[in-house]
Amino acid sequence: MQQGLTSEAGSVAGLNNFEATIGENLIDDAKISVRHADVFYGEKQAIFDTSLDIGRNQVIALIGPSGCGKSTFLRTLNRMNDTIADCRVSGSLTLDGEDIYDKKMDPVLLRARVGMVFQKPNPFPKSIYDNVAYGPRIHGLARSNAELDEIVITSLEKAGLFEEVKDRLTAPGTSLSGGQQQRLCIARTIAVSPEVILMDEPASALDPIATAIIEELIDELRENFTIAIVTHSMQQAARVSQRTAYFHLGHLVEVGETSRIFTNPRHQMTENYITGKFG
Amino acid sequence: MSVSSLFLIVLGLGFIAFVVGQQRAAGYEGDTRLKSLPHHYGFLTAIWSSIPALILLLAWLSFEPVYLQKQIEQSLPVEALNQSEEVLELYMNNIHLAIQNNQAGDDEVVNNAVLHYQRSELHSRSLITALVFVLGLSGIIAGLSRLLFRLHARVSIEKVIKAFLMLCSGVAIVTTVGIVFSVLFEAIRFFEAVSVFDFIFGSSWSPQTSIRVDQVGSSGSFGAVPLFLGTMLISAIALIIAVPVGLMTAIYLSEYASARFRASAKPALEILAGIPTVVYGFFAALTVAPFIREVGESVGLSVASESALAAGIVMGVMIIPFVSSLSDDVISAVPQAMRDGSLGLGATRSETIKQVVIPAALPGIVGGVLLAASRAIGETMIVVMAAGLAANLTVNPLEAVTTVTVQIVTLLTGDQEFDSPKTLAAFALGLMLFISTLVLNVIALHIVRKYREHYE
Ligand SMILES: Nc1ncnc2c1ncn2[C@@H]1O[C@H](COP(=O)(O)OP(=O)(O)O)[C@@H](O)[C@H]1O
Ligand SMILES: [Mg+2]
Repeated sequence: MQQGLTSEAGSVAGLNNFEATIGENLIDDAKISVRHADVFYGEKQAIFDTSLDIGRNQVIALIGPSGCGKSTFLRTLNRMNDTIADCRVSGSLTLDGEDIYDKKMDPVLLRARVGMVFQKPNPFPKSIYDNVAYGPRIHGLARSNAELDEIVITSLEKAGLFEEVKDRLTAPGTSLSGGQQQRLCIARTIAVSPEVILMDEPASALDPIATAIIEELIDELRENFTIAIVTHSMQQAARVSQRTAYFHLGHLVEVGETSRIFTNPRHQMTENYITGKFG
Repeated sequence: MSVSSLFLIVLGLGFIAFVVGQQRAAGYEGDTRLKSLPHHYGFLTAIWSSIPALILLLAWLSFEPVYLQKQIEQSLPVEALNQSEEVLELYMNNIHLAIQNNQAGDDEVVNNAVLHYQRSELHSRSLITALVFVLGLSGIIAGLSRLLFRLHARVSIEKVIKAFLMLCSGVAIVTTVGIVFSVLFEAIRFFEAVSVFDFIFGSSWSPQTSIRVDQVGSSGSFGAVPLFLGTMLISAIALIIAVPVGLMTAIYLSEYASARFRASAKPALEILAGIPTVVYGFFAALTVAPFIREVGESVGLSVASESALAAGIVMGVMIIPFVSSLSDDVISAVPQAMRDGSLGLGATRSETIKQVVIPAALPGIVGGVLLAASRAIGETMIVVMAAGLAANLTVNPLEAVTTVTVQIVTLLTGDQEFDSPKTLAAFALGLMLFISTLVLNVIALHIVRKYREHYE
C-alpha cells in the first residue's frame, strides 16, 4: 500500500515536469514576442518562465484547464493587468520589437494597438452606433461625422453585424442578442484599427449558432489582424487557429501547429487534456 | 387587572400554547407523516391562542372609555344633565379629576359618579380578564384536539405572516392618506377665505390678519410665490454645491481611492448628514453669513446680514453625503467588465469614467440627487437662522429670503387661533409643498425608469 502510494506520487511528479516548453514556441517574424515572462499576483505566481511568439496574421489558440493562467497571459500582452493593483510582470515582452513594459510605452496607446474582446459580451450602455464610435472618438480617428459613419459602418460590416442592425443603429447595444452583442464588441475593437486582437473565451457565453458565426468571423479577421484567442473548446481551437499553446498550472507546456497538436501531441499532459482525461 | 398585565397574560398563554403544540407534534405517532415541522404546529397553536385574544383586547381598549363615559352620564341626576353645555363640561372635568386623584370631595353628586365609575370599571375589567382567559385557553384546547394534525401548519403560518405584513404596510399607507386628508381639509377651509388663484400666483406674502373685525388695512395677503421662489433659490444653491462636490467625491472614492481610505472616508463623510441642523444653522448664521457679507462688501456689493447664499452653501455641505454616498454605491456596482471594455479600447481612466461608468450609474446618481433635493426643500432650521423670515420676492442670493417650511413653522408656533386664515395658510402651504415634491418624485422616477430601459 505504502509502496503503491509512493510510486503513484512519483509518476505525478513525472507528469508535472515543467522543465521546458515542448514544440515550436519560437518562430520567425513574430508580431509579439514573449521571453521568460513571470507574472505574480502579490506573492502568488500565476505564470512561470514563459516564452512564446505570436505570429503575424495568424490565429493562436491558448488552451488549458481553468485557472492555468490563460487569461493572465493574454492580459499581460496589452497591459490590462495594470488595472490590478498587486499584479507584477517580469521578463521581456515586445510588440514589433518595442518593449511593451517600457516606461516610455503608454498603456493607453498600446491598448489601441492591441485590442481585447472579453468572455462576456460587455457593450457599453450606449446606442449600437455609439458603441462602435466610442474608440474612434477617443482616439480622434475621424475628422468629420461622415468619416466616423464610414468607420462605424465598415467595422460593423467586418464584424458581420451590419446587415442585422443597419435599421436600428440608435437602439441600445444591450438590446441585441448575446451573439450580436459579442460581434458588436468585436466591431468596437476593430473600429480603432488595432494590429492585434486578444480574445478571452469570446464564444463561451453563446449558443452554438452564434458561436459558429463568431468562429467564421475570426477566420476572416486573420487577413488583417493578428489574433490570440483563449478557448475552452478543443473543437474551436482546431477550427479557428493555426497554432495552439497548451498551458498547465501557469506553465507553457507545449506549442505547435494546431493540426500537429491535436493529432500528435508530444507531451503526456497535452495528450491527457485534449483527449479529455482532465481539465 | 391592568391593561399591561392583560397583554402579559395573552403572551404567557401564547407561549404555553406554543410549547403544547410543539410537544404534541414532536410526540406524534400516526400512520402518515406530519405535513410540517413540530415548531410550525407550536406557532399555529400559539396563533390560535393569542390572536383572537389580542383582537378582543384591542377592541375593548377602544370601547371601554366610551362605555365608562356613558356610565358616568347615567349616574348623574337629571338636573345636572340639564345644565348648559359649558357648565356640564366643567362638571365632567371635576368628575374626571376626582377619578384620577381618587379622592372624595364635598359634592355628593360627584362622589356618587366616581363610585359609579369605579364600579363599572371593575365590572368591565373582570369581564375582559375572564374573556381573555377563555379565548387564550380555548386556543390551547384546540391545539390539543385532533384538529391540529389535520392542518398543514406551515401553510397556515405563511398565511398569517402574509396578513401581518399586509397589515404593517397598510399602517404606512393609511397614515399617509390620513395626513394628506387632514392637510387637504384644512387647506380647503383656507381657500374658503383666500382664493386659490391669489394664493398660487400672488406675489406678496404678509400673513398678518386683523386682530379685531372692525380693524382696517391689515387683511393680510397670501401670495405664495415669494416663498416657493425662496425655497427654489436656496435649494438650487445647495444643489449647485452638493451635486458636483458629492459626485466628484463619489468618483474619487469608488475609482481612485484605496480600499482602506474608502473604508474610513465614507463613514466620515456620512457624519456630515448626522450633524443636527441647528448646529449647521448657527454655523451658517455666525460664520458663513458674516463672511459672505464681508467679502461682498469689500467688493462693493450690498449683502443682507441674512442671505440665501449663506443658508444655501451650508445646506449644500449638509447634503453632500446624500449625493456622494449613494453615487459611490451605484458607481461601485457598475460591472468591472464595462471598465475593462473601455480600457481595452485604449480609453484613459477618466474617459472611461466620464463616458461609460457615469452613464451606466446615472439612474442611481439621479436618485441620490433627488434625495438630496427633497432634503434641501424640506430643511427649515438652517433657513430660519441664516436666511431670515422676510418674504422677499427676489432671485438675488445676497438678499434675505424665506422658504415654505419656515413660514409653516412661524405660522403655527405661538398662540394662534386655529380658524384664522393665518393659521390655515400653513396647511395650504403644506399641501402645495406636498404636491410639488410629489411631482418632483414622479418626474425623477420617470427619468430613472427611462434610463433603466436603455442601459440594462
Ligand atoms: N486578480 C487576481 N488576483 C489574484 N489572483 C488572480 C487574479 N486573477 C487570476 N488570479 C489567479 O491566477 C491564476 C490564473 O488565473 P487565470 O489567468 O484567470 O486562469 P484561466 O484564465 O486560465 O482560467 C489562478 O490561480 C487565479 O486564481
Ligand atoms: Mg480565464
